[in-house]
Parts: sequence; C-alpha cells; structure tokens
Amino acid sequence: MLDVMANILQTTVLYSTPLVLAAMGGLFSERSGVVNIALEGLMTIGAFTAAVATLATGNPWLGLAAAMLSGVAFAWPHAAASIRFKADQVVSGVAINFLALGTSVYLVKHLYDSGQTPTVQETLKRMPIPGLDQIPVIGPSLFNAFPTTYIALVVSILSYIVLYRTPFGMRLRAVGEHPRAAETMGVNVVRMRYTAVLISGALAALGGAGLSIAIGSEFNQNTVAGQGFIALAALIFGKWHPFGALGAASFFGFAVALALMGQFFGLTQYVSSEVLNMLPYVLTILALAGFVGRAEAPAAIGKVYETDSR
Amino acid sequence: MKHLEQIHNQSAWLTSLISVLLGMLVGAGMMLAAGYDPLLAYGALFQNAIFQPYDLGETIRTITPLILTGLAVGLAFRTGLFNIGVEGQMIIGSLAAAIVGLKFSLPPVLHSAAAVAAAAVAGALWAFIPGLLKAVRGVHEVITTIMMNFIALNLSNWLVRTWLSNGADSTDKIKESASLRWDLLSQWFDNSRIHLGIMIALLAAYGMYVLLWKTTYGFELRAVGYNPHASEYAGMNVKRSILSSMMISGMFAGLAGACQLLGTSGYLSIRGGFEGIGFDGIAVALLGANAPIGILLAAVLFGVLTYGGGNMQFAADVPFEVIRVVFAAIILFVAANLSQSIFSRARGMRREPHA
Amino acid sequence: MNAVEMRGITKRFPGIVANDQVHLSVNQGEIHALLGENGAGKSTLMNILFGLYQPDEGEIFIREKPVKITGPTKAAALGIGMVHQHFMLVEPFTVTENIILGAEPTSRGCIDRHRAEREVREISEKYGLRVDPTARIRDISVGMQQRVEILKTLYRGAEVLIFDEPTAVLSPQEIDELMEIMENLVREGKTIIFITHKLKEIMRICDTVTVIRRGKTIGSTSVKGTSEQELASMMVGREVSFSVNKQESRPGKTVLKVQSLTVKDSRGVEAVRGLDLEVRAGEIVGLAGVDGNGQSELLEAITGLRKAHAGDILLNGEAITRLQPRAIARRGVGHIPEDRQKRGLVLDFSIGENMVLQTYDQTPFAKGFLLRYPEIFRHAKRLIEDFDVRTPDEQTHARALSGGNQQKAIIAREVDRDPDLLIAAQPTRGLDVGAIEFIHRRLVEQRDKGKAVLLMSLELDEILKLSDRIAVMYGGRIAGWLNPKTTNEEEIGLLMAGGKVGEEVAQG
Repeated sequence: MLDVMANILQTTVLYSTPLVLAAMGGLFSERSGVVNIALEGLMTIGAFTAAVATLATGNPWLGLAAAMLSGVAFAWPHAAASIRFKADQVVSGVAINFLALGTSVYLVKHLYDSGQTPTVQETLKRMPIPGLDQIPVIGPSLFNAFPTTYIALVVSILSYIVLYRTPFGMRLRAVGEHPRAAETMGVNVVRMRYTAVLISGALAALGGAGLSIAIGSEFNQNTVAGQGFIALAALIFGKWHPFGALGAASFFGFAVALALMGQFFGLTQYVSSEVLNMLPYVLTILALAGFVGRAEAPAAIGKVYETDSR
Repeated sequence: MKHLEQIHNQSAWLTSLISVLLGMLVGAGMMLAAGYDPLLAYGALFQNAIFQPYDLGETIRTITPLILTGLAVGLAFRTGLFNIGVEGQMIIGSLAAAIVGLKFSLPPVLHSAAAVAAAAVAGALWAFIPGLLKAVRGVHEVITTIMMNFIALNLSNWLVRTWLSNGADSTDKIKESASLRWDLLSQWFDNSRIHLGIMIALLAAYGMYVLLWKTTYGFELRAVGYNPHASEYAGMNVKRSILSSMMISGMFAGLAGACQLLGTSGYLSIRGGFEGIGFDGIAVALLGANAPIGILLAAVLFGVLTYGGGNMQFAADVPFEVIRVVFAAIILFVAANLSQSIFSRARGMRREPHA
Repeated sequence: MNAVEMRGITKRFPGIVANDQVHLSVNQGEIHALLGENGAGKSTLMNILFGLYQPDEGEIFIREKPVKITGPTKAAALGIGMVHQHFMLVEPFTVTENIILGAEPTSRGCIDRHRAEREVREISEKYGLRVDPTARIRDISVGMQQRVEILKTLYRGAEVLIFDEPTAVLSPQEIDELMEIMENLVREGKTIIFITHKLKEIMRICDTVTVIRRGKTIGSTSVKGTSEQELASMMVGREVSFSVNKQESRPGKTVLKVQSLTVKDSRGVEAVRGLDLEVRAGEIVGLAGVDGNGQSELLEAITGLRKAHAGDILLNGEAITRLQPRAIARRGVGHIPEDRQKRGLVLDFSIGENMVLQTYDQTPFAKGFLLRYPEIFRHAKRLIEDFDVRTPDEQTHARALSGGNQQKAIIAREVDRDPDLLIAAQPTRGLDVGAIEFIHRRLVEQRDKGKAVLLMSLELDEILKLSDRIAVMYGGRIAGWLNPKTTNEEEIGLLMAGGKVGEEVAQG
C-alpha cells in the first residue's frame, strides 16, 4: 500500500511540475491585467525548443535556457498585440497557440523529416537530495525529483515574494487592478505589462521544456496536448495566488497521476481514465461558478488600457 | 455619416485583405528561411485546390464545417459572447449524430435529418451550460467553454470506447440511410467526398443574417451584445438573450459536427487531440468581420488554404503546418488591426505617442 | 511669488481644441479656483500640469522656473499632486499600499511595511487627516477614501495640490471637513488649485478665481471683489437667470404612490428602508440627497430594474411592484436613466434603432417577428426634428453624437411614448448650459401637460429651480418634504445630512 502511495505521489509530482511552472507564468501575466490563454502555445514552443536545443548541444541545461528564450520570443507578439495594438487579448492568445504549434511542427518536419524529433538522449536526470531521499513515501518523490521540480518550487516561492513583498510586484498587481491609478502614481503601465507577459512566456516555456527533456524525451504535436489549459485552470482554481495555483496545479497533477496509474492498480475498473481526465476541467467550472469558493479575477483583466483616454 | 459608415465597412474589408496578404507574406518568409520556394508552394496550393473537379469538391467539403464554425463564433461575437467552445460543441454534435446514425433505424432522408437535428440540439445543449453559468452566475464564458472542450473530448472518447464500440478505437460506419453523401453530387465532382452539408452551411449563413438583422429577436440579441445594461433598461430579458445566443452558436457548431460525421468520416473514433476546426472558426469569424457574407468568403479562403496546403506538401515538399502559421498570423494582424495603424500613421493621423 | 504659471497652453484632440492659449497663474499659499462649465477644458489643463497630457503649445513655470512636465513622476518631483475626481485607488490594497505605490520605502529589496505605515501615520497626524493605515480601500467610506487621495500627494512631498471637483461625491458634513482640511493645508504653506463649477464653494473658501470657457481663459479675479452673479456670467458667457419661468403647478390625481418600500442594493444591504412617496399629475417632485442614500435603488425599483424587497408601488392605483421593466414601461412610465451611456443608449446602434429600444416589437416598427426599418427610420426622423437632436441623420450611430444630443435623443424617446409618469435621473449631468436649458424646458412642459414628473438630481440648484415639492432622501428614507419657494440650500443640506428641519410641508 505504501508502495502504491509512493508511486502515485511520485507521478503526481512528475506531472504537476510543468503545470506549476506554466501556472506561475500565467500568474504574472494575468495579475498585470493581460489574459493569457497562450500558455498552451508557450509551453509548446518551450517543449519544442528544449528538445531541439538539447539534441543540438547535448546539454539539457542549454535546452532549458533556449526554451525560456523561445517563450519570451513567442510571448512578445502576444504582448505587442494586446498592449501596443490593443487587440482582444483572448483572440491574440488563440493566435499565439496556433502560431506556436504551427511553427514547431513545421520546423520539426523540416529538420527531421518526420512528425517528431529523434529521442533526446541527454535528458535531465533525477537529482536525489542525499539523506532526504531516504524518507519513506515522500522521499523518492519529493527529494529524488527532476531538477525542473525543484525549479518549480523555487519559482513558486519567488513568485510569492516578488508579487507580494517587492515594489515591482505591488506595482504589477496595481496595474492589473486599476491601471490608471498606477499611472498617476508614476508607474509605467505599458512597460509593466510587457515585462509581465514576457516573464509569463519564459516560465510557461520552462514548464513545456520539462515535458520534452525530463518527463519525456522527444517532441511531437501531442507533447503538450492541453496542459497549458490545465495550467490556466489551475491558476483560476488557485484564485490567482501563487500558493493557490501551486496547490491547484499539484491537485490537477494528482488527477493526471490517477488517470495514468489507475490502469496499473485496477482503479479504472470503477472509474474510467477519461472520467479522471475530465476532473480538472469540471472542478474549474465548479470553482468559477462559485460552488468551490468564489474566484475573484484581477479587476482590470482583459481590458485594453488607453493611455490617452479622456 | 452614411458615407463614414461605408468607409468603416471599406476599412473592415481592407483590414481583412491586408491581413491575409501580410499573413501569406509571413508564411513565405518561413518557407524562404527553411529553403523552400514560396512561389512554387503557393502556386501548387491554389492550383490543386480549385482547378480539378475532384479537388474543387474536396475543397468545398473542407469549407463546409469552416462556414458553420465561423458562423458559430461570429454569431456569439455579434451578441457580445466569446465562444471558444465551438470545438467541443462540434465534438458533441458529431457524437450525437453518430449515436443516431448507429443506433437508430429510419428511412433514408428522415434518418439523416434526424441525425442532423440531434447534432444541432446536442451542440446547443453543450453550449447551454456555459451560457447558463454566464447568465445566472456571471462566469466568463471564455474559460468555461475552454474547459467544456476538454470535457467533450473525453466524453466522446469514453463513449466510443465503451458504449459505441465495445473497447475498440472507433465505431462502425453509420448506416447508409443517415449519410449526407449523395452519389449524384459526388459524381459531379469526380467522386470526391463532397456532401450535402454545404447546403446546410449556406442555409445557416442565410439564417444568421435574417435572424440578426431582420427579426425583432435578433434586434434584442444584438442590443444585449452591445450593451446589456441598456437592454435591461429597455425591458429586454438579458439572461434569456445570453442563453439563446450561446445555444444558437452551439447549434451551428453542432451542425458542423454533423457535417463532419455524416458527410465526411462516417464513423467516430477516439481522438488524441482536437481536430481544430472549431478553433479555425475563430479565425474565419474574425476575418469575416462576424458578418455572414464575410464569414462565407473567409471560410472559402481558409478552406482553400487548408485543402490546398495538403497538396502543397505533396508538390513542393513544404510541411503543411506552414499554413497553420499563416492562419495564426492572419488572426494576429486582424486582431491588432495592423493595417489601420499602418495607414493612419502614413497619413500622420495617429494620436500623439503615449505621454 | 507664483507657485504655478501656465502661459499660452494649447492642447488639441482629434476634432476639438480643448485648451486654446490658456493662461493661469497661481500665487504661493493661496486657494485658487479654476471655474468653468463641464467640458470647458479645466480637466485638460490640470492633466497637463500633472503630466498626463503634453501641451501642443505653451510654457509652464513652477516657482518661476520653466519646466517640462513629462509625466506624473516628473510632476511629483516638482511638488505637484492631484486629488482626482474619480478616486485613483486600488480597491483590494490597503490605505498604506495605495499611498506608497510608486514610491515604496524598501529594505533589502522588499517593501518596508512598518516604516511605510509609520510614515503614513506621521503625515496623517500632521495635517489632521485621520485614516487607518491598515484598512482596505473597499472597506472605508468615500470621505475617508478622499483623505487617502490627499495623503498620496502629501506623501510625495506635494507643495501644490490640485483638487478636481472634490465635493461632488461628499455629504455636506464631509464638505465642511474637506474645507477645513484645505485651510489646514494652506496654513502649512501648501498651495491649492480647486477645480469646480460650484460658485458657493468658491465664494466660501477661495482667494482668487480664474474662469475658463470653451477652452479659453476669460479672466482672473480676486474672490473678494466679485459676486456669484458675475462669476456665473463669466463662466457661461451671458447673463444667467437663476430661475426657470414656470406657472404655478396645478396638481391633479395621484399617479405614483410608493408605500413602505424596502429595496436591497447589489450587496444585499437595505438601500431603501420603508419609504413612502407620492407624485401627482401636473407636478414635479424633486428628489434631493447625497449620492448613495438610496435614490438610485428607489428609481430602479419603480422602473422594475431592481426587485422590491417589501412594500408596494402603485401606478394610477394599480400595483406594478412585481412587474417586469417592459410591462411597467408600457403602463406609462418613462425613464431618463442616470447614466445615459450605460443605460440609456446602445452606442453602437443607430439613432433610429435607439429610438425604438422599447417598442421595436410593436406596430408599426415590426410586423410579426420581422422588423420594418423604413418605419423605424421615419419615426426617428420625426423625433430628431421635434427635439432638435443634432445628428447628420437617423442612421448615424449614437456613439457619434455629443453628450447633449445623446441626452436629447433619450428624452425624445421617453417623452414621445407619452408616459403618465416621467422619471428623470440626473438629466443634465455633464451637459452645457444650452442643453440644460432645453431639457429643463421639456420637463416643465411635461408637467404642464398634466404628467407626473419625478426628478432626481444631485445638483441642489436644479432641484430648487424645477421642483414643485422637494423630497430629501437620507439613509433610504424621505427625511423631509420642503417647499422650494420657502426653503433654501442650507435647509436642504441639513436634511441631506440627516438633520431635522422645523418647517416642513405636509405631503400630499
């Protein structure tokens, strides 16, 4: 039984990691008032770039770095369209999702003449933390995890500190609540939102990278398969708070783990894996409907900011 | 001012046209960067999409669901809603059509009509949930419809695997009596898979036009879309309007699902991911300025690009996905209204830079 | 010494010149009023001084030195602070967070909360601006929020404070307190620019006044050497009569009767508490009160936009309490809503469509469920002519019209339906004098035709001018009835603030 629990916990941690990172990305963007349904696309481009860069250099750490850069590069048009050109943020997000998937699959086909990348040999490997990894049940999952998991935890804590303890974070949240007030206090709304969206791109891509060079070892068009949207769901379910999002992403990771592991433990005799797959989405709808505590979005989210409005 | 209105419409056309050109330019850039010949590729694309009866038939088949998903998104936009759930409503439509096509036995015309109707109703009901949440609890429809997409995907897969096929990856073929194929039509187009769905799509486009711009109910739907507060003040039932808009939109999506299943594939299989026609509807609606005529034209363009794109891969060795990039770029350009800012800057009419 | 001098300021927006060679010079340590009608260009000028807009022409001098104010940060550095009319406060943030935003004290990269709170406390004590530094904005009163706005400027070391129509949202007491605060500030050596269109406030507290009309400076004068009458004609550009010519009212039968009505606001708090009210045919009843005392909820309940919690509303003797808005409108209630752009019009519809917003499904505008656009536009054409709505044509979108013409369109629509009861909520807010006079005439005309008119306004002038009887609302009830011929602003103000008045007219 302990084995089963350890196994489920380990799988949970494994599948939560990319969700946590992408949700933190979404957090920065949405807290600044820019809707980010482009998380899916940003994860996709991150997964693609990480695989390709690791294949090219043989160094997965370079793969991570390249992935973050690619995320910034693809978040930029989203920022430009929704901030500079005042486009509808949802529409722009949809376009980025198209763009990222299209570009990455196009390039994969071009580079490898096949629908997926070759297998990445030099993936990130599990990094045990000596001593701690010997603790029963939680040791092997929490303290013998992929480096991306540790990164995700650090990013979550840092996100909290940055958003709630530093001037930068306070200004960012102010911009997402009442941009005009922030502007009259000398905060540059446009720059703030650009920064937030670009950070969001880097983090979501980092999450995506974990899918192709840590959990998995290749990239194809189904590598991300909706996890960006689950991350978005986690962000909302977690009420746009770093720890809330961390908790929600872990919970959704748990749902994925159950769906996957269920087959081994005979759970699917009772509940089919498709039903388990639906869980994150159903819960998010319930949360939004206010049945699981009301979620309150940043006040200025999704609204175009007119600097020279009269 | 009538004059101004015309200019406004002109500028919408112009925006669309320029966005398409810019989008194709982006695609050309990507081809050049990867060492392909964009002229050859685009040439092959258009040539293979239109000029042979067979290809024309297949292109029309590709256009059919695009019209319907474009109408679904466009009608929602016109009435102030953003339905990203067209993809899911379409899946549910296909599911309902498949169930009627497999499990019922009816005479030919009646059977296909029943299957189409079931798909329309199912799509509407799937859209009813986010509509209800929006109307009653004020939950933004964008997130709920995205979530409903994934629920639809899993629900469809679950039913295919369990009830509809006994553990297989796909169902049997639907009964011939439920099919939207019409042999005569196929023969005209050199045995392509063109089907009667195109008639449904054209009727739906006309229906949207009449509903929104000619009827009192459409007056309400548009008023609520533009300004729910004023509509409430004027005594309109805002909640009912939101629900109806969402359901009519879902109905169009369900019809698209029916066309795909009853006309094109003929059976339902487990989906690894989304087909994307519902999402393409967003691009179609945007490019078509959410008006029926515009949506028809945009669907034609996207249909040609999609079907021709496959041939392009064949003839010029360019991976098909470059077309997806072209779509994405077009959406971005239309949304950012890039052409307008380019023009107004050229005329020196832009407002002063931000203070 | 001049604290601020603005010379030859010109600012153009697409289609209009908001400021045209405007001059303003403000002495150190005075309260300087900037007087002008809505849309005269006061706010534009102050937004330029605060760095939110850049002038197209002109120079600015602060303490006699030429400066270029490139943004709010630069303005703050020059010692200029602005107390905005619509508070610029982040609702979920605390008082302290709002005050320090953009100029946060830090230690080791993080915000030093304790130091910030201490500093806020110190300043608030120094200027007598009591606030709770740890309270959240959404939990404190409007008056308190305004203090936070003032503290924001002082925290940044403002020497010149711009107050943009600060009394609009305050109760008479809060206005008194604000005046005291302003005097305090001047005593501490600050300079104040006070934007307003209320003459009484200028006479009460200001030293100098500069008048702006249609984007141009009309003149500058010492308050001691002028009168309200003179300021008013400077502001408007001609002699202004403070009264409307109207006949004695001849009230008839009761049209609207409200009995012990209770209405809850959006947060579920009782906004109207057991209120009684009666409006008769052929009279205008003025509903006065400080914003937020239940007036809006009362009107929404009468028109069916909000459910009544308890009590009855009778129209011509018939209960309409539980009816839908459309049914109420069709029984003869016209409604000029408080927020014309939010409630009154669909801005992206044509004028023609807006003119049939309630009647589009009735003959002759519809046949069955099909619209008849030719009829709709013919109808609009007539109304546009009758009510002098300035629009290129009936197919123009409502968005393209000026505020005054939008309001005329709404009034045309509501009056044309020939309702027994016409409800007008803030019908002249934000309009210029010409439009105001037009609308006032139309309201009196309705009264003279034997209609019942219920006028809600936050402007006491308007209430006094038009009403045959005045009902003052306070805390969700009618605090008292007054006769406009015998009462005065002080008396109304007292009732608005919850006080008692000796002489009241009997209701009915």
